[in-house]
Amino acid sequence: MDIQPDREFFAFLAQGKFMLQCARGGRPFFYPRVAEPGTGARDLAWVEASGLGAVYATTVVRSRPPQADYNVAVIELDEGPRMLSRVEDVAPDQVVIGMRVIAQIVPFEDHHTVIFRPVERAEGSGR
Amino acid sequence: MNNTGRASTALVGAATFGIGEAPGFTSMDLAARAALAALEESGFRVADVDGLFIGLPSDFLSGLSFAEYLGIQPKLTNNNRTGGSAFLTHLGVAARALEVGEIDVALIAYGSNQRTGTGGLVSAASPNPYEMPYKPRLPVSAYALATSRHMHEYGTTRDHLFAVAQSARAWAGLNPEAFKRAPLSREEYFAARMVSDPLSVLDCCLVTDGAAAVVMVRRERAADCKGAPIYLLGLGEATDHYQIAQMPDLTTSAARFSGARAYAQARVSPADVDVVELYDAFTINTVMFLEDLGFCKKGEAGDFIASGAIAPGGSLPVNTNGGGLACVHPGMYGLFTVVESYRQLTGSAGERQVASAEIAVAHGNGGFLSSQVTAVLGGASTA
Repeated sequence: MDIQPDREFFAFLAQGKFMLQCARGGRPFFYPRVAEPGTGARDLAWVEASGLGAVYATTVVRSRPPQADYNVAVIELDEGPRMLSRVEDVAPDQVVIGMRVIAQIVPFEDHHTVIFRPVERAEGSGR
Repeated sequence: MNNTGRASTALVGAATFGIGEAPGFTSMDLAARAALAALEESGFRVADVDGLFIGLPSDFLSGLSFAEYLGIQPKLTNNNRTGGSAFLTHLGVAARALEVGEIDVALIAYGSNQRTGTGGLVSAASPNPYEMPYKPRLPVSAYALATSRHMHEYGTTRDHLFAVAQSARAWAGLNPEAFKRAPLSREEYFAARMVSDPLSVLDCCLVTDGAAAVVMVRRERAADCKGAPIYLLGLGEATDHYQIAQMPDLTTSAARFSGARAYAQARVSPADVDVVELYDAFTINTVMFLEDLGFCKKGEAGDFIASGAIAPGGSLPVNTNGGGLACVHPGMYGLFTVVESYRQLTGSAGERQVASAEIAVAHGNGGFLSSQVTAVLGGASTA
């Protein structure tokens, strides 16, 4: 079965599943592709991410009032890959490198996207 | 080993046009004026150009449209797009085509009216479903993320970034062509509006109009040219990601590879370099590239810059025209690093002239620290 990366990734998200791809014997990678980066391997499986990670780099995007400033961060997932995202549920300038975060799937336009929250605050709230 | 460079080709003319505000001109008009000025300096006519290298901001077929505008039928056009570093990649393609005799006279040109034109800022990047939902303010946020990581790992501070911006303004004060020539005070820098933390509007390059062009021939031809020659001694390219989240190490760019390749071809080391022209789209670029190109150890560029080393009178003159931060930044700045190198190596840089400059590094950056291209250029003594 030929992988259709974007379509399958967003279909999983709609089912509440944040998935990475992994070649046989390889390490998980993100963003979705038709082949493993660096090797071209096409024997890919979708594997569910733990959702856990840490802030690798962070910025506050400043907005003109009344729009609020917001966070943009590079998250390093525990499985290894990095992704761009946002850390929410915390003031944007309180997001620090190394902060433990957990993924949450949220609606975005006509599909879904993955954001993150600090682990402590997300405790007990599920995902 | 690739021996492109090492003085087999020479630049024999270099020019700018319309730096700052040039209302009423299209980007193509500006590129043409710079091209004609560079050709005039070199002694060649428009009709002599048989290799054309160009990448206009919003014209993806500008290799064709610019040839038509100039009224020439080149044997080779090249419109490679790696962001603002593209014009340094053009130097490499032009050098190789000249060396094998495919072309005899190469013209490399760029122009943009992005400050006064009605088109607004142009982005060549296509929307990405894995970045777009988070609304990074690109390109600033990408460089801000890299800055946050450099600060975290190496203790780089906004005081260091201030020193970069202050040095650029000090050089610009010596350059009548520069757009922002007033000295930059600490108070002004730290009061500036933040755009994407830790970068403020004064950590970001200018938005100006402007155009640049250079003319390139084989070294044997250079002796007969009207324009003074400088020589391409080495050129290296490297890329290791496109989107900032995919950059292997946000503190260290692929300039460490492009620089090493260029130095090897040129058979020089950073200690031999008299003047450095870096693509300073943001203040962090100067910090990172001084490290990655071997002028400082990793993590030490901030203190080096804050000591005054790269400012006028310092031990390593960097961005002597004022750079993208204070001289000119019309969307893509890369070619201006080459023009300023030409002026320094031909002794025509006026008040900002670096005494007996013989080796220059011109370094281009493209995308989100994604493309790195380093040229080592030499003056008359290196032929």
